[in-house]
Amino acid sequence: MLRERIQASNYSLLDKLRSIDYLLILLIIAIGSISIFAIYSTEGGKFSFYTKNHIIRLSSFFILFLLLSFVRVSTWYKNAYLFYFVGLLLLITVLFFGISASGAKRWINLYFLNLQPSELMKIAVIICFARYYHRIQSSDIQSYKFLIQPIILLIIPCYLVIQQPDLGTSILIAGSGIAIIWLAGLNIKYFVYSGLLLLVSLPFAISILKPYQKSRILTFFNPDRDPLGAGYQIIQSKIAIGSGGFFGKGYLKGTQSYLEFLPEKHTDFIFTLFSEEFGFLGSIILLLLYILLIYRIINVGLVSRSFFAKLYCFGFATAIFLYVFVNIAMVLGMLPIVGAPLPIMSYGGSSLLSIMLGLSIVMSCKIYNQEQISAY
Amino acid sequence: MLNRGRNIEKGRVITRRMFILAAAKILLFAGISSRLYNLQISDREKYEILSDKNRIREWKTPPQRGIIVDNFNKVLASNDRVFQLHLILDEINDFDVTIFKIKNLIGLDQFQIKKLYKKKERLKPWDTLVVSDNLTWEQFSKINLYLHELEGAKPVLSTSRFYPYANDLVHIVGYVGDASPKDLEKPEIKENFVPGLKVGKYGIENSQEKMLIGNYGIKRYEVNASGKRISQIDYIKERQGNKVNLTIDIEIQKYAQELLKEKAGSICAMDIYTGEVVAMASSPTYDPNKFTHGINQKDWKEIKNNPLKPLINKSIAGLYSPGSTFKPLVALAALEYGILDPNKTIRCKGHKHPYELYGVKYHCWKKEGHGYMKLRNAIKQSCDIYFYEMARLLGVDRLSIIAKRYGLGTNVLGDLYNDEKKGLVPDTKWKKRALEQSWYLGETVINGIGQGYIQTTPLQLCLMTAQIANGGYKIKPHIIKDDSINYKDVLNKIKLDQSNFPLHERNYLDDINVEYYQRMYHKKSNINFVLDAMFGSTNEQYGTSYKSRYDDPKYQFAGKTGTSQVRRITDLDRELDLDTDQIEYKKRDHALYVAFAPYKDPRYAISVIIEHGGSGSKTAAPLASKLIKRIIDRHKLREQFNNGNTSLA
Repeated sequence: MLRERIQASNYSLLDKLRSIDYLLILLIIAIGSISIFAIYSTEGGKFSFYTKNHIIRLSSFFILFLLLSFVRVSTWYKNAYLFYFVGLLLLITVLFFGISASGAKRWINLYFLNLQPSELMKIAVIICFARYYHRIQSSDIQSYKFLIQPIILLIIPCYLVIQQPDLGTSILIAGSGIAIIWLAGLNIKYFVYSGLLLLVSLPFAISILKPYQKSRILTFFNPDRDPLGAGYQIIQSKIAIGSGGFFGKGYLKGTQSYLEFLPEKHTDFIFTLFSEEFGFLGSIILLLLYILLIYRIINVGLVSRSFFAKLYCFGFATAIFLYVFVNIAMVLGMLPIVGAPLPIMSYGGSSLLSIMLGLSIVMSCKIYNQEQISAY
Repeated sequence: MLNRGRNIEKGRVITRRMFILAAAKILLFAGISSRLYNLQISDREKYEILSDKNRIREWKTPPQRGIIVDNFNKVLASNDRVFQLHLILDEINDFDVTIFKIKNLIGLDQFQIKKLYKKKERLKPWDTLVVSDNLTWEQFSKINLYLHELEGAKPVLSTSRFYPYANDLVHIVGYVGDASPKDLEKPEIKENFVPGLKVGKYGIENSQEKMLIGNYGIKRYEVNASGKRISQIDYIKERQGNKVNLTIDIEIQKYAQELLKEKAGSICAMDIYTGEVVAMASSPTYDPNKFTHGINQKDWKEIKNNPLKPLINKSIAGLYSPGSTFKPLVALAALEYGILDPNKTIRCKGHKHPYELYGVKYHCWKKEGHGYMKLRNAIKQSCDIYFYEMARLLGVDRLSIIAKRYGLGTNVLGDLYNDEKKGLVPDTKWKKRALEQSWYLGETVINGIGQGYIQTTPLQLCLMTAQIANGGYKIKPHIIKDDSINYKDVLNKIKLDQSNFPLHERNYLDDINVEYYQRMYHKKSNINFVLDAMFGSTNEQYGTSYKSRYDDPKYQFAGKTGTSQVRRITDLDRELDLDTDQIEYKKRDHALYVAFAPYKDPRYAISVIIEHGGSGSKTAAPLASKLIKRIIDRHKLREQFNNGNTSLA
């Protein structure tokens, strides 16, 4: 009877406010504030274009996040596929009407914002898969019939994104998708097999890569191969981080970034700048903030009743982890350079938008955590 | 219920798998943390150095060369401000374009451009090419105006050498020029070099490089990734090279140079106690200022092809037979070894009855002969016959001991000039070793009048005269001022040596090594005898330089003429007996003269050599006479100045 009541429930506003995860909001504000300071530093301590834009975006998307948090989780559930297909449609639009920058065609001009649909697709895939596995019986999960569909759903956007070309985002989309398939309980052997298959086909895969992508991978294994060319970014980034030491060079005193040795310092290499100025201590603190964020998201999943909410939260937590890990590992020279922004910290509207959107769904899972969603 | 059970199972699977994933995440984050630890804590120093290398660039600023001054602190080599244009090669994308633009701006000709390309080929890609080291102000401002269009161009405000006494000092001071790869191997240049810096090529400029070059400054700038200067963070100021103080008196040097005008030859003057070289002139000469910015082809050919060889520093690198100027030393040697009584009389009978040895005839220079001669008269009138006989009795080996002791056969100025010649004082061992032949007595005989194998430089003759004139004491000749050597100290040392007379239990007739300011003679009376004979040669009738004498005791000097044959005199020549101006220039004798002054209390020794000047008494002695007057006139000033009264300068 209780379940009936809750399902039909009209949560009172007080209930809703009470079940908001305030710690999560605090974490978002903390990382957001750090990002403002970091971007201010990339401009050499001048309050100009990037900082202004970042503050405007951060605050408007934060408000959006708060508002969307009150959307019922079942609404998200119902519109999950729609979300996915809209994302797909936008990706196809990019293919034809996208605007190019530095050799890649990734954006749609929306006048107030150059939207990068591949960023939205990161969230769309998670929400779509969460819905897909929500309704599938655990006995059916292992059958090929139910396996083939998500694989197709995953391959289409990944292929489209690779075509832009944007290997990094495509890997991140695939990663979050696979994470949910794993969470849903697909037999471990499939992962082992496909892992082996990937390894075998790696030489072939490399041969079809674009020359610049190949050079990036070669450079990853030996950055000194071309210190002023492809290896430049990795070498300079390592120098910046290494020279930061334990306490860092101090805020606005990062010589590497201030003197423009760092490429793309306000986007993919924002961690490098932060680490140079705040050192090992600052870096570990930032890392801990991300770990806490991920922990809070997982916590929401744990207290949620529906599989959809659980899958979504765990999946999104894994996705956040992947973004953070790939980005930091990349600037530390542990992974090849692929375009992967650091969530919230990096300057970039689409990435910020999709993260905030994802977080608002997490929050709605939290607020409506007792809501059951019938599998139909 | 089955459905419900399945659902619980599904929930468990999801949660379990989530925990597996979370474990993996923790592991990977730990990986990142340890990597951060590696970079920022273990390898921090390495990356700090790399970071500094990235952001800090150094620019070297050229040092000013030390100045060179004479005894009275008159500047002999100074620094002028010049405008230069340098090209930083690794900042240039298209060298041809840059050169073309520069050519249009400052108007280089085809030849200069060719030279620049040649120069560039020798440089390393990160080197600096000096396009011009002496731009006019107009060219310099033009370059500055269009600087933004010229890749890698660097206008530089630098200094360049200027020699105010140009021709008068080139053989002493030398000159500077661009550093050659060989120059750059020298440590003192290598350590202090900055592109465009001039280095010493000859003379004091070359041998005193270590003193003169100074230390470059360093300007450290913080630069951004494209090499643009952001801010200056450090400036270590350059240090000017040290001053080099010469013992030369520029007034006397100038006058000596003037006396030699239109002639080839040398004049040297030396303080006989301190060994300070007061003048060291060589003629003809050339302008060192022409070399500073690279001499042009025409001027260079003119200097190089001059038959009088201006490039040779005749005072130290010109080798001459000393001729009769050697006679005082031969006489001294003979007296020291007790070969003959100075009252021994030998008859000079003229060309009809020459001196004969083993069927070879040796003539006196005087056709009609000197008649009966004693030693003093033989020196005074320079009778060859007397010296033939004396040399025969003395023997070449004993003569060479004394000749070497008084300064012949070794470098006078040490390693100060890399072209200084040692000359040659022959003895039997030398001939055996060098020519693999035995010594002939006939060679001893002509050695006695300063002919034959013997070769000396004018400065050596000056030193020889000085060391006889000071009473037979070894001095230290030098041309760079040495404050530890002054007249009073030297005089005291000599006096001390005299009072220590019995302590010298050495045989001065052996081939011994004599220390500075110690006596070189065996018997003092022998030195005095020679000095007195030289006095006669200048101040008594029939003396060979009687015409050049001064009666005023202030200027009165004593000397010895010399005429050095440049070829063998044949019987035909003797018959013809031509005047000097009737003989072809190249075949004329060299005229020599050595002297010391004033006779009563001598302070200076002088040597004069005029190449192909004819006889010493006619050509060389009058020049010496003029210069001696000038030296003595300036003596008081010099003395006061050297005793610390610098206000007189």
